Order: sequence, then C-alpha cells, then structure tokens
Amino acid sequence: MEGSRMEPKKKLIDAAGNRLDGRKWDELRPIRLEVGTVKNADGSAYIEWGKNKIMVAVYGPKEVHPKHQVLPDRALLRARYHMAPFSVDDRKNPAPSRREIEISKVTREALVPAVIVEDYPRTAIEVWIEVLQSDGGSRVAGITAASLALADAGINMRDLVVGCSCGIVDGQVVSDLDDTEDKEGQGDMPVAIMPNLNQVTLLQVDGIYSREQFQKAFELAIAKGREIYAMQREALAKKYFGGEAMTVQAEEEVSE
Amino acid sequence: MSMKKNYVVETIRKTQMLELLASGQRLDGRTPEQHRPITLKVGVIQKANGSASVTLGNSEVLAGVKVATGTPFPDTPDKGLLVVNAEILPLSSPYAEPGPPSEDAIELARVVDRGIRESEMVDLTKLCLIPGKTVYTVFVDVNVMNVDGNLFDAMSYAVVAALRSAKMKKFIVKDDKVEATDEMVPIPVEKIPVSVTLARIGESLVVDPNAEEEGAMDMRITITTDDEGNVCASQKGEAAGITPEHVLQAADTSIMVGKEIRKTIIEATK
Repeated sequence: MEGSRMEPKKKLIDAAGNRLDGRKWDELRPIRLEVGTVKNADGSAYIEWGKNKIMVAVYGPKEVHPKHQVLPDRALLRARYHMAPFSVDDRKNPAPSRREIEISKVTREALVPAVIVEDYPRTAIEVWIEVLQSDGGSRVAGITAASLALADAGINMRDLVVGCSCGIVDGQVVSDLDDTEDKEGQGDMPVAIMPNLNQVTLLQVDGIYSREQFQKAFELAIAKGREIYAMQREALAKKYFGGEAMTVQAEEEVSE
Repeated sequence: MSMKKNYVVETIRKTQMLELLASGQRLDGRTPEQHRPITLKVGVIQKANGSASVTLGNSEVLAGVKVATGTPFPDTPDKGLLVVNAEILPLSSPYAEPGPPSEDAIELARVVDRGIRESEMVDLTKLCLIPGKTVYTVFVDVNVMNVDGNLFDAMSYAVVAALRSAKMKKFIVKDDKVEATDEMVPIPVEKIPVSVTLARIGESLVVDPNAEEEGAMDMRITITTDDEGNVCASQKGEAAGITPEHVLQAADTSIMVGKEIRKTIIEATK
C-alpha cells in the first residue's frame, strides 16, 4: 500500500479486457466462507478469498482487563488485525507494524457500528483476525469474516458488515484487486458497508482518481459488497439451518 | 490524537450544536463548509532543510524536513525515500501523554503520508543517486504543538509547506561513489495535495471540525485532492457509518474547499 507501487512493467489487463487471472473488470475472485472454525471461541469464521486465508475468532462478552478501560454504558470492542510471518513473500516481523495498528483501528471502527454495544455494558468483545496468507484485500476479507464470527458468537447486531476493495489498474476501474494489481496498479480503495442500513463503515483511498473514477470505484465496491453479503448469509445458514432451503430464501431476499 | 475519547461535550452544548446545524450554522459562527483561519510560516527552524509552522484555528503544528542519503527499499530501488511521521507532544494538550506513538498518532501520520505520497507531490525518481544502492532520504517529522481538532489537515498543510520550502544539499555520483557538494537545491516537488476533513454530526457534514465538534461528532472523513481536482487519498474514521450519498457530497466539498486552501499554501510558500 505504501512506497511499493511500481510502474507497470507488463500490461495487467489485455486487449480483450481480461485481467492476469482471467477475470473481467468487475469480477470477484473465488470466495469461500465457513462459520464455526475455532473450537474454543465464542464465535469464529474462516475466509478464503483468492489466495487470502484468514481465521477470525471472537471472544466475549467477557470481563474487561485492564479495568480502567471499562465503558459504563456499553461494551468495549477490541479488534486486532495481524499477519502471520509466513503470510507474505518476505518474512514479516511478528511484532505489530504501524500498518497493522492502523488496520486494526479502521477494522474496529468498521465493525462497531454493526454491534449493539449498548446491550453489553462493562464488558469486552474481542475480535482476533489472523491473516495466514495475504493476497491483496486482506483487510476487507478480515472484516467480512469478522462480522460472521460476531454473529456466530450470538452478539446482538444491527446488520452484517461486508467489505470489498476496488481500484484502478492500467487506468481502468476494477473490482477486487489481487496482490499484483494492488502493488502494480494505480490505486486501491477498500470499502466496507452495512448492506441493509446503507451505511459505509470503512473507506480508505489511495491512488489518483478523477471525480468520475472515484464515484465509479466506490459504487462498484458497494455493489460487489452486496454480492458477498449473500455469501455471508449462506455461510451462516449452512451452520445454523443445515443450508439449502434457507440459502435459496436468503438469495431471493437480497436480489429484491 | 482524536479528542473524542477525552473531550466531553456537555449534552446542552451538543443539543445547541445540533439545533444550529439544522439551520446550517455552527457554534463558532462558521458555515458548514467554512474552515478556520489558516496561517503558514515557513523557514522557522534554521537547522532543518525545510520547516513550516501552521495554525488552523487554535490547532498548531510544526513540521521539519531533514534530508540525508541512505539505501532504497528493495521493491523501489530507483526511488528516494519519503517518510512522514507525527508526534503528539505531551505539551500540546492536557490529554496527551509521553510514550510510544498512540494508535491515533499512527493513523494521523499514515493518513497524511498517504495524501502526500499518493498525489505524487514529490517526484521520488529524481531522488535516486545509484539505483538499488544510494538514494536521498527525506524525513518529515511533525510536532503537534496545540490540539484543537482536525490535526489531519493542519499536519498535511505543514508537511506540504515544509517540503515546498526545503533546500537540500546536492549530492553527485563520481566513480560509483556518492559525494556531497556545497550546492543547495530544492526538493523536486510538483503537485500540491490538499487535505480536507469533514465531520458528520447527526445528519450534517461540517468542514474542519474543532475539538468541541470532534467531541460531538459521529464520524469523520478526510479526503485529499490534487491540483486537477483528482481524489488521491481518503480515510474514514471513528465508530459510526456514513451514507454513500454523504461520501460523494464530501468528495465534492473537499475538491471545492481544497482549491481555495491550495491558493493559501502557494501564497505562503512563494
């Protein structure tokens, strides 16, 4: 995301409009979601999104330590986004980097609006996001899985939170940048939304966008987020209702 | 540092604020799209390569540029280094504490850094001496001197002004070795990114929130635009959402207000 952007050495989109991995400009990479993946946790979820592999566990509501952090009228939501040392090409130092500290902060701020924190005063709700393999768009993948883990923990929520990143590659707005497109493209815009409440809870932008490109990428990210939302509901239904019937119903509701 | 955690706004003040906002007014008399007065003074620290003291209302920051040579990042062997850092000094507010940088200070520095970097304000390719081996390293360190809200914009203006006014020692390459000369040259700056931060308080968006408004806000959004009106960086902050319509409105406001502030920066760094 910073300092590493290179001038494109090769074309990332060919003359026929195909990207390096064969996708069109507005296609998503394959996404697989699973709910209930960490036995000890109160709620958990696992996401594979392209080459991203991310495990999320939620613990809480539980007692707050240290005590001085207690909020008398609501729960304290903690979120940590952390990358495993082996998750990237060159080994990453396991100590939290400035990038991870910032992502943890924006992740928390993306999730809090969906959690009814007023229902759990004087408690802590912890969200641990571990990136096992990173492939571009890991923060939105982490947020997407984290909201499932919160729901799995039975925490009262106003909506799910779902993220998708869009950006500019070879001068063109595209959805869901992978690692190469993120590094060699001209811009990245991670967005998270609460689809039913029509609220944007995460927005970060880098790159150079005309006013029109900004709007196009932003609206594309929201539209793609809504597609992923259907997959989130399907993953929850699979664990809690055994799948099929509920799945069909969920998709119908979304397409309305 | 976001003052939200510490600066408590009395309910009666917040009610008054929301009532005024409903008719497009603010407690300090500004319109929703009006920023506080900006003063920019460059060359305030003689030992720095460039410096700027900026006030935005009662928020005050001091930026200093130091240039040296060093090794480039492995993935950008032909580009100089640009590092922007922020320190919220304990002298700047009753709520600030010494110690390692807080989460808020890290976010502040990274958001400002992103605006400068992504706008391509500094042509980093011109800061390369020997590819893969030696490049210019430009450090911009910012001290927050007084906190009264919207440190994002105050810091961004200070970094831009300090970089525009900086003079660095020219280095030359002789027989594969880097040598310093006595010649002083400007840092290769091209564009002027301008950061504009808006706070959403209830259903209203206001430009350049002061500490009291930050204490009452639901969320904020910072949008940096360049000379051509392109969006080059943005960051949403705080624990609430925003509608897509408000995001697009904020982008338009940022482009408009940014034009005006750009003139102020040019005037002060001529």
